[in-house]
Amino acid sequence: MNEVWILAETKAGKVAPVSYELLSWARSLGGPDEVAVTAVLAGPASDPEELCYRGADAVIHGAEPGLAGFSARPLSAWLASLFGLRRPTVLLAAATATGRTVLPYLAASEGLGLTADCTELSLDPESGVLLQTRPAAGGNIMATIRTARGLPQMATVRPHSRKALDRDPSRPVRVERFAAAAGPGGAGGAGGGQGRAGEGSAGDGLVLLGERPFESSRGLADARLVFAGGKGFRKKEGFELLFRLAELAGGEVGASREAVDRGWADYPCQVGLSGRTISPELYLAFGISGAIQHLAGMQTSGFIVSVNSDPDAPIAAASDLAVRADVYELVPALAARLEGYRPAE
Amino acid sequence: MKLAVLVKQVPETDSLRLDPETGTVIRSEDTSIVNPLDLYALEAALRLKDEDPGVSILALSMGPPQAESALREALAMGCDEAVLVTGREFGGADTWATSRALAAALGLLGPFDLVFCGEKATDGDTGQVGPEVAAFLGLPVVSYVGSFALDRGSAADRAGSAGAGRLRAERVLEDGIQTVSAPLPAVLTLCKALGEPRLPLLSGKRRAREASVRRLGLAELGLQAEEVGAKGSPTRVVKIDRPRIARRTEVLDARTEEGIEAACDRIVAILLEKGLIVPKEGRAGA
Repeated sequence: MNEVWILAETKAGKVAPVSYELLSWARSLGGPDEVAVTAVLAGPASDPEELCYRGADAVIHGAEPGLAGFSARPLSAWLASLFGLRRPTVLLAAATATGRTVLPYLAASEGLGLTADCTELSLDPESGVLLQTRPAAGGNIMATIRTARGLPQMATVRPHSRKALDRDPSRPVRVERFAAAAGPGGAGGAGGGQGRAGEGSAGDGLVLLGERPFESSRGLADARLVFAGGKGFRKKEGFELLFRLAELAGGEVGASREAVDRGWADYPCQVGLSGRTISPELYLAFGISGAIQHLAGMQTSGFIVSVNSDPDAPIAAASDLAVRADVYELVPALAARLEGYRPAE
Repeated sequence: MKLAVLVKQVPETDSLRLDPETGTVIRSEDTSIVNPLDLYALEAALRLKDEDPGVSILALSMGPPQAESALREALAMGCDEAVLVTGREFGGADTWATSRALAAALGLLGPFDLVFCGEKATDGDTGQVGPEVAAFLGLPVVSYVGSFALDRGSAADRAGSAGAGRLRAERVLEDGIQTVSAPLPAVLTLCKALGEPRLPLLSGKRRAREASVRRLGLAELGLQAEEVGAKGSPTRVVKIDRPRIARRTEVLDARTEEGIEAACDRIVAILLEKGLIVPKEGRAGA
């Protein structure tokens, strides 16, 4: 029996949806008799049972605010203390800011291997070990990695690389609480002394002071639809047409490095090796030539449309639909057309 | 105040070329650069030095002897000292073994009040080394930092020994900005939101050419060969594939009015098909 754990994140007091994708990955690693899936839920959340409806056989919930993921050390220490009771064969986390900070911390502390940002997971049919596949060298090759020593085998998994399972409220609910250890390194400690009541204060002295959403967008990471622009727009005013498209269709705005460097969009919009790696259902690239460093950030998208005046730009070959056009002719026409539609719920 | 910045030499992605036969990236020495995201880590440390000339900055890298050129660039930007962890034993390291060696070097050369890293390297693209180094050193890590400031109250502490004071940092997360306060010493990973890194001055370049880069090997770090490099790595690459070109590209020419209309039709149809948009009330579907 493979014992697979997933690290479930919380967002605004609830289970973060990316956790359901991890459950779907965990369930894919064998039939119901071959794999037991436990969701390890870190931080305050009012709906831990949702994890069971989405595929977990059991939930271990650490509800202290200090475990909410803003500080890697107490969360890592809590996970290590869970290993002391029961050691899973696999631990998966999302390749989010939290997952990509906490799992390396845990890996180093516990002497374990870790593969970053996988887009494919499977079990080796002969040995049963976890095969962890990720894009490498700018997405030009896929590297498959295995853990050579120690359990659990650990990987962070790219958001949107797999669909969540349908919600099944008839599944049994099993949720147990497991408190963080008090004292240095544990989130149950006295905290840094500067925390306000109700806010997170991790045992290692890190204090959560506040959070605010991005002003211009809800963030690229969770977007199903992205309108991205590049230097083909030639000026900032033109780039603003993209924001109009995104507003009409309910998408987010992405940008190539060139567009961000020119100040047409903020850094959180940057897609590519030195920005974000995303995988929306539909990615539309306007005036982006498709340098390797950009392709690496979006080539696992569900469907790719590119609009570019140069039919030989590398983005065209990476697209499902390549439109040869001047962005200044096509984008206003598309915006006019989208006036008749609204974003789906 | 003593700072360390971790620097990696990477192939320049802008000049990456693909081998048409194998589809793999052709790397050549003369297109190696400082990992672009490490420039923000360097900039972060140098800003503290701008405020307080008493700050000293060590640039640390692990790699083959030619990685010295990345460290010379760090010196040219204004770092005071550079150290390269190098030796055959370190080759083929995964992030765990890399972090083990870098943490050992920091332990030997420190203590440091702050260790700065880039958010990730543009070649490996894992972002794991910063948090792993923090764990090996037993320090808190603040990742994806877009801006930060030392707490004013700790000004007196800054003159003192390592380990005093606090800082406040803004982390750039998926959907917003998170503000945290962290005690020193700590490890910070910096992202591009920090703002433009400085260019080296001519005088800095001259100084960097003449400076010596200290080298550390296995013996100096007090590590065993089994703990570093490929041998010390808990992960193994078992297979390298060229991804299939799964996309069959449909091409539309939209340089005429009719072409533009047709392309818009097609894009709207895709948006509808994916369930991303719906017609406004009172209108028929497309």
